[in-house]
Amino acid sequence: MTIEVKNLVKKFGSFAALDGVDLKVDNGELLALLGPSGSGKTTLLRIIAGLDWPDSGEVSFNGEDALAQGARERHVGFVFQHYALFRHMTVFENVAFGLRVQPRAVRKDEATIRARVKELLDLVQLDWLADRYPSQLSGGQRQRIALARALAIEPRILLLDEPFGALDAKVRKELRKWLRSLHHEINVTSIFVTHDQEEALEVANRVVVMDKGRIEQIGSPDDVYETPATAFVHGFIGESIELPVQVEGGVIRLGDHPLRLAADGLAPGASKLFVRRHDMLVGPPGSGAFEGAVQHVRNFGPVQRAEVALSGGQTIEIDAPRGRELRAGDTIGLEPRRYRIFAGT
Amino acid sequence: MTMQIADSVSLSAPDARARAHAAAARNNLRTEPRAVRITIIALAMIFLTVFVVLPLVLVFAQAFSKGILAYLSALADPEALSAIKLTLIVAAISVGLNLVFGLVAAWAIAKFDFPGKTFLITLIDLPFSVSPVISGLVFVLLFGAQGYFGSWLRDHDIQILFAVPGIALATTFVTFPFVARALIPLMQEQGTQEEEAAVSLGASGLQTFFRVTLPNIRWGVLYGVLLCNARAMGEFGAVSVVSGHIRGETNTMPLLVEILYNEYQFVAAFAIASLLAMLALITLIAKTVLERHLDEGHDASDH
Repeated sequence: MTIEVKNLVKKFGSFAALDGVDLKVDNGELLALLGPSGSGKTTLLRIIAGLDWPDSGEVSFNGEDALAQGARERHVGFVFQHYALFRHMTVFENVAFGLRVQPRAVRKDEATIRARVKELLDLVQLDWLADRYPSQLSGGQRQRIALARALAIEPRILLLDEPFGALDAKVRKELRKWLRSLHHEINVTSIFVTHDQEEALEVANRVVVMDKGRIEQIGSPDDVYETPATAFVHGFIGESIELPVQVEGGVIRLGDHPLRLAADGLAPGASKLFVRRHDMLVGPPGSGAFEGAVQHVRNFGPVQRAEVALSGGQTIEIDAPRGRELRAGDTIGLEPRRYRIFAGT
Repeated sequence: MTMQIADSVSLSAPDARARAHAAAARNNLRTEPRAVRITIIALAMIFLTVFVVLPLVLVFAQAFSKGILAYLSALADPEALSAIKLTLIVAAISVGLNLVFGLVAAWAIAKFDFPGKTFLITLIDLPFSVSPVISGLVFVLLFGAQGYFGSWLRDHDIQILFAVPGIALATTFVTFPFVARALIPLMQEQGTQEEEAAVSLGASGLQTFFRVTLPNIRWGVLYGVLLCNARAMGEFGAVSVVSGHIRGETNTMPLLVEILYNEYQFVAAFAIASLLAMLALITLIAKTVLERHLDEGHDASDH
């Protein structure tokens, strides 16, 4: 099932949750919608599911207008952030729900339903919990039951809203791997929403980065990390050093200091310079584009994180490999191995 | 030198006293003196006994003052039987109507946003803030002989006032808030996610309501119905205005109690009153049980 979204706009009062969104999702993809809270990602997901309606724009499944159908007809599996399990039903009945509410004409008989539920509970590896109630399960178990329930209706599309948002870090990591292998197994077109970049980069085939109701970049996890399209993406994904610079006459200035960096092809004016923390190479004083004094150093396993006061007055954090130990008070030269400059402030 | 010593003593003495005071005050925050505690508890108990327990006991004492046979024959009186029957019918009608209206209103308020929502919530509370006598008078103004619909009703030979419909209407009006009030906070707390999940799984509106929404609020519904029923059976003011006090026809139990009392038929009056008192006791017990279930429901929703 392919999904196509065209020029979607949704406003809540004067706040534009979606401000002209275009997106194409290929059959069998596992796509991540990544962005800070308020970026419109959940709204987009809910509109695709039919739980919300856009003010304007199109949504189509396999070229067919989806907005003409309600949530009930769309056959979309939706997994809610807080699971939304039916609290008065057992795990078994929760999973069976989608099968039991089918119109009489197509409804399966009880034995088929039981077999199907059993199969799904096996798939999420929780068949031993069939008789429990949702309140008796852990967060990770609830999430997997919610997924089994959504899969019961053999959805054409699977949508997951912050699926691991409410879980602790360890369970989250396990479930990520599990979700990826599950997707590999069932191969249904899936979109999940997350604000956790690590989650998006690790699980998805493609990542859609959103901010303020707009799509900033669509690309593979490598693309969005290695070649961010906008200042927002660079700042949001990975840990970046961000410095306000001025481009004029082929020179990049940080405050009053001209930097020894090439300014070819850059538009003059106020800009932002982005460097990944680990792309700042440390050298002797006077050796790089920047110079600064180490303020203090903390060690994180293989890297040392140093706070450096640049000679221009700004303070940055860099990640340097262990080996050449930095000490507070050292004066060092810094050379960005890679950097990007985006026009605007 | 001596002056200095004297000074330091006179300074430190109030200081020590202040410290002792502070320590005592800290203790007092946690435990009142024994005498105070006993006095306060005793006051509360005496108040409760005089104003709640004593009247209740007196009702039963008066009802049985001429023996159990007199009590039973008072209840078997045709007038009493008719009042009991009318009360049950009126309660059934008004509880039924309020169950439906209350559910619909609570559903609309809790699950949807629409203009005029705050106004609707205020409106639901209106019957609580208006004196029941006024509520009754409203219906007299509407349906009475001189009322807005009076002549039309007379032409079509429809009797509302001084008959069962009027009494049921007045009772329904007065007891309207109970079911809605019990359900609105409960449904608001539960939100709409389970309903959304049901719809996305292919459930129709009715299936969603009966399989998801209703089971989640069932204890709240029972709670509202219970309170609504207690008030419907006990309502005096509004019913008194619209009933017309036709003996054996439009007297409900509370009205009959008053009439019998005014006619010095104390045993009969208190016999009927004892039934109402028993209703109150049963309601109280059921309410306690239901509240426990409601608390469990709240806990379960605390994911």
